[in-house]
Amino acid sequence: MSIQQHDGQAAPGAPQQQAAQGNWPNGIAPYSSPIPMARTHLGHALVSEWTKIRTVRSTVWTLSVMFALVVGIGFLTALGLSGDDFTGQPLLAGGLFGLMLGQICVITLGVLVVTSEYGTGMIRTTLTACPQRGRVLLAKAVVFFGLAFVTTTLACVLTALINSALLGDQTRPSYVNAEDFSGSFEGGKVVASGGEWLGATVGAGLYVALLGLLSLAVGALLRHSAGAITTMLGVVLLPLVMALFMVGEALQDVRRMLLEYSPLNGLASLYRIPMSEDQDATGWPLLGGLAIVTLAVLAAAYALLNKRDV
Amino acid sequence: MIELRDLTKRYGDKLAVDGLSFTVRPGTVTGFLGPNGAGKSTTMRMVLGLDEPTRGDVRIEGKRYAELREPLHSIGALLEAKGVHGGRRAHDHLLCLAQSNGIPERRVGEALEMVGLQDVARKRPKGFSLGMGQRLGIAAALLGDPRILMFDEPVNGLDPEGIHWIRTLMQQLAREGRTVFVSSHLMSEMAQTAEHLVVIGQGKLLADTSMSQFIAENSRTHVRVRTPEPERMRDLLTEAGLRPVPGAEGALEVDDGDAPRIGELAAAHGVVLHELSTQRASLEEAFMRLTAQSVEYHAAAPGGTHAPPVPQEGTAPHPGGPQSPPGAAQPPPAWGEDWQDRKGRRG
Ligand SMILES: Nc1ncnc2c1ncn2[C@@H]1O[C@H](COP(=O)(O)OP(=O)(O)OP(=O)(O)O)[C@@H](O)[C@H]1O
Ligand SMILES: [Mg+2]
Repeated sequence: MSIQQHDGQAAPGAPQQQAAQGNWPNGIAPYSSPIPMARTHLGHALVSEWTKIRTVRSTVWTLSVMFALVVGIGFLTALGLSGDDFTGQPLLAGGLFGLMLGQICVITLGVLVVTSEYGTGMIRTTLTACPQRGRVLLAKAVVFFGLAFVTTTLACVLTALINSALLGDQTRPSYVNAEDFSGSFEGGKVVASGGEWLGATVGAGLYVALLGLLSLAVGALLRHSAGAITTMLGVVLLPLVMALFMVGEALQDVRRMLLEYSPLNGLASLYRIPMSEDQDATGWPLLGGLAIVTLAVLAAAYALLNKRDV
Repeated sequence: MIELRDLTKRYGDKLAVDGLSFTVRPGTVTGFLGPNGAGKSTTMRMVLGLDEPTRGDVRIEGKRYAELREPLHSIGALLEAKGVHGGRRAHDHLLCLAQSNGIPERRVGEALEMVGLQDVARKRPKGFSLGMGQRLGIAAALLGDPRILMFDEPVNGLDPEGIHWIRTLMQQLAREGRTVFVSSHLMSEMAQTAEHLVVIGQGKLLADTSMSQFIAENSRTHVRVRTPEPERMRDLLTEAGLRPVPGAEGALEVDDGDAPRIGELAAAHGVVLHELSTQRASLEEAFMRLTAQSVEYHAAAPGGTHAPPVPQEGTAPHPGGPQSPPGAAQPPPAWGEDWQDRKGRRG
């Protein structure tokens, strides 16, 4: 029996062409399905991944917990500060604390989107249904990133509104030098600039969704849930923790670097309370850096996914 | 149609699949047999493009798997390891697969009904029994109404009713003109389902033959005769042109002899018979003999020998004669070598 159609150009499902070979066992003609079939493309993969992500409990859980942490902690800190005098903290900065915990949920979900398929063997079914592995990875990345960005941004907007509502009537105490907080006050009341609003909502949402996407890529590299989550927690927390222990003069430069490029510093800078020495940092350059790192790791994950057996 | 050409897979220094070349044709059920670790599952993973062959290739209707544009329409597969997320409801599991191939959503319900899971469509597979999980996997394979179906040990965990169901299903799928490729390590199971047979051992092709030919080759019978006067009986048989050979417990075994004739011969000469029975080598036995040299994981047989156990099926003891003990029959000359000879001559 010769192997035919090596170029792969032949029309799919052309039974006549094959029947021309004749000598079918039992004289049975090849089966032809009445079900209409479409040539698959990225759209199919996107719809499929959307169904997948919304039909597992881990998605609902991680995102609900994230939402509750961000909004809940944001509300409690704002409540605690309201009524007091201005603390010197930007109006919307209270959202950071909840998000620092909430981002762990997004990281977990990002990892699970890929590793749960390896853990259950679902990845074999997925790649059998869609052998274009890059398409699967892209669809997962797009669907997860969209969902993470929208939910995180929503949580951040809500928190920012709460902060603004509860703390917006704080006045500048007489001992605070107006020069040091130019732009933070308007008519004696605390306000947030447009840039601050953008950073504390869309910026924070983008940043955390990117961290989640990085987690997804790390999950695709390591193919192991616990390993990938641990790695990502290390990436997020370790630079700061290490910096805390670097006290000597000789280590000052390393310490500064670690603080500057710590993923937590990027987030804090978006809320205008950077941990590095540059107190004017807006966090956007660090967000750009995170995007580049994420794309690089995704590219590595893509290359390995195509190379490895599943 | 699935075509394998010199398909080879090496894991480290372990050659799991070694130069397999054969074609699985439509319209019949093709059984894929081999002992544990023979490389059946590995071969099937390579067919689906999940594992990259070290050498050689596989074509699905002439194309590489990755070139298939509507893969679930071309080939549906049930793999050994359950490829299902335990937390995703059965319906949603099939839905996401259907969507990835642009299959109409109504097929999800149809597929669930085909395997009898319509009542648990909203349940999570985590809580499914082994058999239900297997049925969900089969539903996924049938989802795209594919021209080729490939099942890796589909009867695993199924009850007798389920086994009967899948056997009928596979035969029906083949009758519709589809290619059905199914692995098993049970020859007896395959004998009732498959029309064609591919046998591998330690990754190598041992047989690629029709089931009927396999049966014809292996249902060779011999007649077992026990008598208090074996010498006299042997002489009688030899005179009659038969070729008796000594068997276990002082019995005589006559290849291709027929029992009535031997009985009449004994009666005519007044020889007392204690046993006169036709012995049929079981297909299971033939399969084991074929793969004996290539079985990787022998269980040590009781008594310390390392030969694989040889079951005895279909023995027909003479009325009144003692039941012949298992394994007592003289095995026919090594069937596997015989086949290899024929194969050599053919190719
Ligand atoms: N991913 C892998 N890495 C290393 N070795 C492997 C891998 N997959 C299979 N093997 C080895 O390849 C050989 C063939 O395995 P395979 O699972 O294909 O056998 P099988 O015929 O399906 O066996 P069984 O009847 O038990 O299912 C085995 O020795 C196995 O240990
Ligand atoms: Mg197997």
